[in-house]
Amino acid sequence: MVLYPIADALHLVHGPLGCAAYTWDIRGALSSGPQLHRLSFSTDLREMDVIQGGEKKLAKALCQLIDLHHPKAAFVYSTCIVGVIGDDVEAVCRQVSALKGIPVLPVHSEGFKGTKRDGYRAACEALLQLVGTGSTEGISPVSVNILGDFNLAGEVWIIRDYFEKMGIEVVATITGDGRVDDIRRAHGAALNLVQCSGSMMHLAKQLQEKRGIPFKRVSYFGIEDMAQALYDTAGFFADKSPGIVGRTAALVSQELSTIMPQIAQYRRKLEGRKAAVYVGGAFKAFSLVRALRQLGMDTVMVGSQTGLREDYEELRELCDEGTIIVDDSNPLELSSFLQEKRVDLFIGGVKERPIAYKLGVGFCDHNHERKEPLAGFTGMLNFAREVYNTVASPVWRLTPRGAMRDRS
Amino acid sequence: MLLRHTTADVMERSALTINPAKTCQPIGALYAALGVHNCLPHSHGSQGCCAYHRSTLTRHYKEPVMAGSSSFTEGSAVFGGQANLLQAITNMFAMYNPDIIAVHTTCLSETIGDDLVQIISKAREEGKVPPGKHVIHANTPSYIGSHVTGFSNMVKGIVTYLAENSGRKRNQVNIIPGWVEPSDMREVRRLSRAMGVNCNIFPDTSDVMDAPQTGRHEFYPRGGAPIEEIRHSGDSRSTLALGPTASEAAALKLEEKCEVRSEVLELPIGLVATDRFINALRHRSGIRVPGFITDERGRLVDMIADMHQYFYRKRVALFGDPDQLVSLTEFLVTLDMRPVYIVTGTPGKRFETRIREALGDSVPEAQIRQGPQADMFLLHQMIKKEGVDLLIGNTYGKYIARDEDIPFVRFGFPILDRVGHSYFPTVAYMGAMRLAEKILSAVMDRQDRNAPEESFELTM
Ligand code: SF4
Repeated sequence: MVLYPIADALHLVHGPLGCAAYTWDIRGALSSGPQLHRLSFSTDLREMDVIQGGEKKLAKALCQLIDLHHPKAAFVYSTCIVGVIGDDVEAVCRQVSALKGIPVLPVHSEGFKGTKRDGYRAACEALLQLVGTGSTEGISPVSVNILGDFNLAGEVWIIRDYFEKMGIEVVATITGDGRVDDIRRAHGAALNLVQCSGSMMHLAKQLQEKRGIPFKRVSYFGIEDMAQALYDTAGFFADKSPGIVGRTAALVSQELSTIMPQIAQYRRKLEGRKAAVYVGGAFKAFSLVRALRQLGMDTVMVGSQTGLREDYEELRELCDEGTIIVDDSNPLELSSFLQEKRVDLFIGGVKERPIAYKLGVGFCDHNHERKEPLAGFTGMLNFAREVYNTVASPVWRLTPRGAMRDRS
Repeated sequence: MLLRHTTADVMERSALTINPAKTCQPIGALYAALGVHNCLPHSHGSQGCCAYHRSTLTRHYKEPVMAGSSSFTEGSAVFGGQANLLQAITNMFAMYNPDIIAVHTTCLSETIGDDLVQIISKAREEGKVPPGKHVIHANTPSYIGSHVTGFSNMVKGIVTYLAENSGRKRNQVNIIPGWVEPSDMREVRRLSRAMGVNCNIFPDTSDVMDAPQTGRHEFYPRGGAPIEEIRHSGDSRSTLALGPTASEAAALKLEEKCEVRSEVLELPIGLVATDRFINALRHRSGIRVPGFITDERGRLVDMIADMHQYFYRKRVALFGDPDQLVSLTEFLVTLDMRPVYIVTGTPGKRFETRIREALGDSVPEAQIRQGPQADMFLLHQMIKKEGVDLLIGNTYGKYIARDEDIPFVRFGFPILDRVGHSYFPTVAYMGAMRLAEKILSAVMDRQDRNAPEESFELTM
């Protein structure tokens, strides 16, 4: 799914129809140009195909779609059952690629092949087949690739803008607002910046190993992390680009001076309120805890679905004592923590939203469904506003818990 | 123009579905299972499927949706998912203490050929199912049928496992409401009671998928058909199945298993279909239609009279699930509109015939499309060829509505971008009033928006 934001590529789900229906434009990955990625194509495997194999159908569908839309590349996502019925998707991709003259790349996203992380890895493998196939002519020595941002609500545009102001060329954004041709020449960049959750970590590591391109882990969320990301990058280019550190400092202080007064206002109203965080990746959780602290809020529960052991140790250090740290929790546990800790805000994914509301707790979506950019300095301001709006909503005073609080 | 790739010429494409007008079976099975009290639905497959289905249901109903998953690994794909399911059954009873677990299959478990009957009886033999508790299942291979098929299969599964004929008839009528909103199920109950029918409704998602804010997160909300009552459905005098595609299979099963006579009606959406429903209830209770129901009908007729001058012969395109479409088509004809394109992704017999019956001889030019290639892309092509005045369907229609600048009324499943559809019924007379109001507002809002200054008027 992480490849979907590549806007001028064709994305075909090889499998039953249902899977494709769920992927039709449900992530807010924005494109500044082509919108091809927002359509949902499926080979719609049916009973007969399951028995006889779906290779012919796949080839036919690919050819038709390529003729119709002239994409720059095509990605074929195999779903669970393709692995079981034994289609040789790679062979079909190779044939069609030779026939149509564009890259046709299989993505092994079979749902049963382990976790989300394995899915990310499969996506990176597909990308690795693209990177390096374009010309690197004319790329500045002061250049980066932005990896692991999906341009939800246009976030990649904000980040890109910062780097350009610092005098850094952005070669490719992978995959948010991505373009096939940019990705093909991504190996010309001097540095890879990998955004938190690690979806593109494998790609960065491979590029370091095979092409000698170093990478840095960054987070664009929250004031501290965002500034850190910019300073780290500036530091990396300090020799090659004199004055970059100064330019960065100026940029940061200018951005801060615009947002800080408003943030301070929100902070006054949010001071001492309690938050719970349950998100996909542990890295995101770190950033959120820091950003909430900036708003004067205490994170009393934090957890993630895909965190590793080290991540939890880091979380423990970051959080106050008494903060509950949960790993891959279930809804029952989550809601009992929310109640026990009497939180005012829950940050989670789509499935948790109604649980928070049932308890009478404000909610922010920090996964894929956010509509406002939360990255960068502007993003922090949006985040503060969103948190304030939901926490301070009068609706909570109508709930039993709110009524109780009013009385006491 | 998100869909600018759509061309007006309809091309042949047997291997390809673009922007499907349906989703897969398990999501329907999950929704049906939520209509049983204290039931934990369970998805026998990989975690991804279950997450998709829960998210989509949550987006539509804005309620927490709980379900377990067998969490297949590569190993289960090779050796089968028996071990996973047995483990899951043990864990779920221990952790979540449901009265019943309703298992549905997925593409994966169907393809590897897991035998659910055998696995469930093994679970019983091994004592993994606590006394008095139930595990039921439905086969829901996604590459056949659609989400409605899955719903129908699970309702049938509920009957197969739970209904019993004790030999002593009860003076009650089973009502299988079909895949409708929780508010619709509540409305069906209200009317049945008002008509003097002692009704046994299942599945019933009211008070589950529209549970009130109580300050607590109820893992099993108050609603849902109690297992006891479902068991007694075998002793009922008769069954009313609303919507053949979603409800007929279960009604026939009850007939076969417990000898309960059944009658299948179209969903009571629109005036005429509601008349038939009320009539069917009247036959069962033998009472006269109470005045307040006659008044509800009267208000609907009055409202249509007030509105008719605006509806006159407007062309409408509609897409969605068969049962909804048949009744909606009939209602649009009542309103003197012309349903010209009717598209469903759900396969099934008799759809075209039912639609033709609903149309009568009013719209001979109507085009009816059904099946996997009857997707949103095709509908868009049809509209491009010859335009319509109104589009009715689920959220996925918004792209076409925007590109072609057509007034759009959201109706059906899923609706992912609005709030409210699960709280207000569209069935029965009051539901029809709501639908008519929505339709008229959509048409008139557009007229206001497009009106040049000189013809923009206070009264319309
Ligand atoms: S189509 Fe099959 S694999 Fe895809 S979500 Fe539905 S059940 Fe799962």
